[in-house]
Amino acid sequence: MIETRGLRKSFKSRQGRAKKTIEAVRGVDLDVSDGEIFGFLGPNGAGKTTTLRMLATLIEPDGGTATIAGADLRTDPGEVRRRIGYVAQGGSTWDGSTAREELVLQARLYGAAKSAAQARTAEVLEAFQLADYADRKCSTYSGGQRRRVDIALGIIHAPRVVFLDEPTTGLDPQSRAHMWDEVRRLRAEGMTVFITTHYLDEADALCDRISIMDNGEIVASGTPAALKREISGDVVRVDLPVASVAAAAQALSAYKLETYEDNVRLYVEDGGVAIPQILRALDAAEVPLAGIQLHRPSLDDVFLTKTGRSLRES
Amino acid sequence: MKLLRDTSLIFQRQAQLLLRNPVWILVGVFQPVMYLLLFAPLLKPALGVDSTAEAYQIFVPGLLVLLAIFGGLFQGFGLIAELRAGVIERSRVTPVSRLALLLGRSLRDVVSLIAQAVIITLLALLFDLRVFLGNLLLAYLMLALISLMTSALSYGIALVVKSEDALAPLMNTVAQPVLLLSGILLPLTFAPGWLQGIADWNPFSWAVNGTRALFRGDLGAPDVWQGLLIMAVLAFLAVGWAAREFSRSVR
Repeated sequence: MIETRGLRKSFKSRQGRAKKTIEAVRGVDLDVSDGEIFGFLGPNGAGKTTTLRMLATLIEPDGGTATIAGADLRTDPGEVRRRIGYVAQGGSTWDGSTAREELVLQARLYGAAKSAAQARTAEVLEAFQLADYADRKCSTYSGGQRRRVDIALGIIHAPRVVFLDEPTTGLDPQSRAHMWDEVRRLRAEGMTVFITTHYLDEADALCDRISIMDNGEIVASGTPAALKREISGDVVRVDLPVASVAAAAQALSAYKLETYEDNVRLYVEDGGVAIPQILRALDAAEVPLAGIQLHRPSLDDVFLTKTGRSLRES
Repeated sequence: MKLLRDTSLIFQRQAQLLLRNPVWILVGVFQPVMYLLLFAPLLKPALGVDSTAEAYQIFVPGLLVLLAIFGGLFQGFGLIAELRAGVIERSRVTPVSRLALLLGRSLRDVVSLIAQAVIITLLALLFDLRVFLGNLLLAYLMLALISLMTSALSYGIALVVKSEDALAPLMNTVAQPVLLLSGILLPLTFAPGWLQGIADWNPFSWAVNGTRALFRGDLGAPDVWQGLLIMAVLAFLAVGWAAREFSRSVR
């Protein structure tokens, strides 16, 4: 659905007298399949938004190629515009207009006739649970309502791909969860969703596949689960009475493990598979245990191993 | 065809938002009306003309041109607010004609200017101003061209500078010499030769002369077609440039 090769963009900036060229995006390759929720993860300033704006035809790439929903970004941006939807980070509604007016106008800008635009607007207002406020001015909406209008505006023409730039930034937890449901619903309707975020848990919970971007480059791509597995597997921590630690280490000697004062930690490929085996081994050796915990590596661990720093710090 | 359709969509939207706050049209008229009431009475003795009607015949056209210039030049502020709200970017991801994004807005400005001009003309009629309808319509055409040009210019500059803080001093710096060198408040016939020489390079001074000729009833004066032609060419250039700014990639 989206395929890019070597997409590049640099900006010139002036600091005092010295002119500097900032390479915001340095050769990005992406492959997004039809019907997936694709997450674009990275710290602020990594080049996510610049990449997204290039794909949405808002800025022209300096180099590279991209095909989006079958249309070539470089030679036919007009066709790309028809096939995609784009929802900017900062919102897109005018305070003095109502959601209905905005949606009808947007549908008509995409070429719909007046009656078709009105019908589609009613449908979208219903789907996004906005019908009750549709004829109120946008200035009266809450943050979550406003964001839903933004997304409704982005998909009013039923595009095949929709780009969402940090759709949950600044929302309270409840609105965020609501937004995740909306995104899943879009996918269920057959849309491919391309979403940027700097929230690890969001990428993890929502996305089928992700690419991690840092400093203008893709540093890792894959499903969240595969990326996490790739780095270290799982950690199983077995808590024990102090007297039993040695016996437990003996019984579990088949695993890669470290012993501590009142626990042992085992490094395993897949914790879900390993835990029953560990319990059986301990049972067979008649070692009493105080508890067992499974630690899964987070996407932050992935980011840490790929870039040498934590996403939370950057 | 698509251009017409898109332009009318943008125009309708902009006009609708303006009509929701019609007070702005009256605010726009307030200042010129003050000039009409408080400044124009000084002109009869100052210009050495025989009647108030004659003074108004000289002053009202200048006032209308002033309104067209300033009204247009300050439209960019609204666009910066739209840029900030994300409305422009939302339009730019659709296949809408980029020229229509500009024309729809500028036409709204032209229509609201003409509405203001009509109000002022009607008020001036109360002060014994008399003008032929045909001539008046041609004068309105001149005003429409001026306001199309200045509003397009203002939109283009707004897209380049992207901030009110930069736009305000820029517009004031441009507008003041333009105003003084166009003979809007007092005709430049009183000016020393060197000043008239500079004013000849100010296109708005031609527009003011043309509009005055029309209000005088002197349809055949070369000032009329010269003013209209100069304004038409400049409006065309300004629209072309600003439309390019609308389609150009903005970071």
